[in-house]
Amino acid sequence: MKSIADIMKIRDQMQSEIIMRDNTDDNQETRIVVGMATCGISAGARPVYNTLIDEVAKRNLKGVKVTRSGCLGMCKLEPIVEVFVPGQEKTTYVHVDAEKAKKIVQDHIVNGSVCKEFLITNE
Amino acid sequence: MRELALNILDITENSVKAGATLVEIDIIAEGNVLTIKIKDDGCGMDNEFLNKVTDPFTTTRTTRKVGMGVPLFKMAAEMAGGTFSINSTKGVGTEVVATFEIDNIDREPLGNIADTMVTLLSDDFATEYVLTVSVNGNQFNLDTRELKEQLNGISICEPQVLAFVREMINENIKEIGGANL
Repeated sequence: MKSIADIMKIRDQMQSEIIMRDNTDDNQETRIVVGMATCGISAGARPVYNTLIDEVAKRNLKGVKVTRSGCLGMCKLEPIVEVFVPGQEKTTYVHVDAEKAKKIVQDHIVNGSVCKEFLITNE
Repeated sequence: MRELALNILDITENSVKAGATLVEIDIIAEGNVLTIKIKDDGCGMDNEFLNKVTDPFTTTRTTRKVGMGVPLFKMAAEMAGGTFSINSTKGVGTEVVATFEIDNIDREPLGNIADTMVTLLSDDFATEYVLTVSVNGNQFNLDTRELKEQLNGISICEPQVLAFVREMINENIKEIGGANL
């Protein structure tokens, strides 16, 4: 069974990677933001969020940050995921679930092609 | 809400917004009673706001006039034969306590506490958490201050770290018999 002490292995492994990353500009960071107010949570934002974290961890993506925000005022479209890629316009995905979240990481974050079928403009 | 763990996430976010530096989350199952306590050292509320905080048309935000988090948690407790209370002192902090009859057919399952904790941990706010899960005396504790000490400067928000923490919480809750709550 894992305990807090076991985290040292991960820490040591990451330490060298982090130093390299810290030399890059903050503005070069891609941000994936999940709406996590009452509306988002009850619509299923938590599994989406945790899937995004898993996908980023699994693919060992650098300079990608998963974070959460409050209510955006479009509760019926939740779970909502916003993607900010440096130098590009903001992308807003709506009615996201775990499967869609995987596809967003694979297609948009890794391969740079927006998942048009999940966009808010389809609503 | 389909899980009490989702209610916990929602209520704890209020503590984060209240500027809490420490949030204690206790989940205690003893006999047929499940008690969930969320205690913070955030900005607290004055009596006037406290008296109407379980009203869905009360909120601190200015963009809209509804706030469903606290009323939903209260409803979840009361429909499961339990109780709900919220105490707060301006400038000191807030404590929310809900109890549930474990065998009540209307009780939401506890759900995935690990996912809730990972979601809470993964931000840059300076909030620390102490999670205590106790099932008939068997206990599991997680203190994020200890965790950060071990991490020695590596951010807790790193996805690899979060994935590890999630597994650790899941394993430990299972070990103490809390997986089926």
